[in-house]
Amino acid sequence: MRQLLGTKIGMTRLFTETGDEIPVTVIAAGPCPIVKVKTEKTDGYNAVVLGYGAKRKKLYTKPLLGFFQKTGTEPLRYLREMRLTAPEELNVGDVWTVDVFKRGEKVKVTGTSKGKGFQGAMRRHGFRGAQKTHGQSDRMRAPGSIGSSSYPSRVFLGQRMAGHMGDERVSMRNIRIIDIDVEKNLIMLKGAVPGPRNGLVIIKN
Amino acid sequence: MSNELIKAIDKKSLKERTSDFAPGDTVRVHVKIKEGDKERIQAFQGVVIQRRGGGIGETFTVRRVTSGIGVERIFPLHSPNVGKIDIVRRGKVRRAKLFYLRGLTGRSARIKEHEGN
Repeated sequence: MRQLLGTKIGMTRLFTETGDEIPVTVIAAGPCPIVKVKTEKTDGYNAVVLGYGAKRKKLYTKPLLGFFQKTGTEPLRYLREMRLTAPEELNVGDVWTVDVFKRGEKVKVTGTSKGKGFQGAMRRHGFRGAQKTHGQSDRMRAPGSIGSSSYPSRVFLGQRMAGHMGDERVSMRNIRIIDIDVEKNLIMLKGAVPGPRNGLVIIKN
Repeated sequence: MSNELIKAIDKKSLKERTSDFAPGDTVRVHVKIKEGDKERIQAFQGVVIQRRGGGIGETFTVRRVTSGIGVERIFPLHSPNVGKIDIVRRGKVRRAKLFYLRGLTGRSARIKEHEGN
């Protein structure tokens, strides 16, 4: 099992030799150095911490810079942990690049969806709204009943209503890798991927 | 909006010469067709009624009327299945999208020939 951190570059399309047109999302992924290896003995579980990307030196906190000094890696913008099901022989300083994945492989892609702000029940949950005619007024986008009356005299937890939509962690499974560019550290994934451009994306097989 | 990295990817499948036909022109498009494992080329001739999109996603629509039935095909300009595009006749039109042709038949659906410049 391998995981890479990357940023979404954008979407385009690829043509195959047979003339098929494939929509792809281009991800700049890795190189991801291993910053820390957690083991059963020291941390109670097995995991690796991967780093990716950079930001202006000034923006790192001093404790974080101290941590990177200890690991011997360059300061990295993103740090994300990956759980390992079994302990593996991995060392701090090892670097995972796009070649941990194969062309045609299916992966799980996690990102933070685009924030949509406060949205009504129709947009947020796909409710149908109400009819325009039959004496209705201002009910067209209403959610309808939200429960019975005197019993239970309350609205059940989890009742779908209007509210904040998007800007949440979204994972998509079985996304196919169409192409990999080892030189430029790019991965082409079939179809759309959660999140805005330049957003952090986690790819896992 | 398009990123440099994406442009580099697109460049590989972009065709070089594509801008020499315009809406109103009558063109013959050579389309590769796969039947089983045999490949052959079929031509589709008609009037270009629109070109839309840019870059790798650009498409164009060709309209022809066969035995009274209008047929429109949308071709991705940069698809490897779309081969040669012959210009049969240059048309003189005053707009970029010729959707008004859909409502016209016979003599009124004709497009004047472009005198050339």
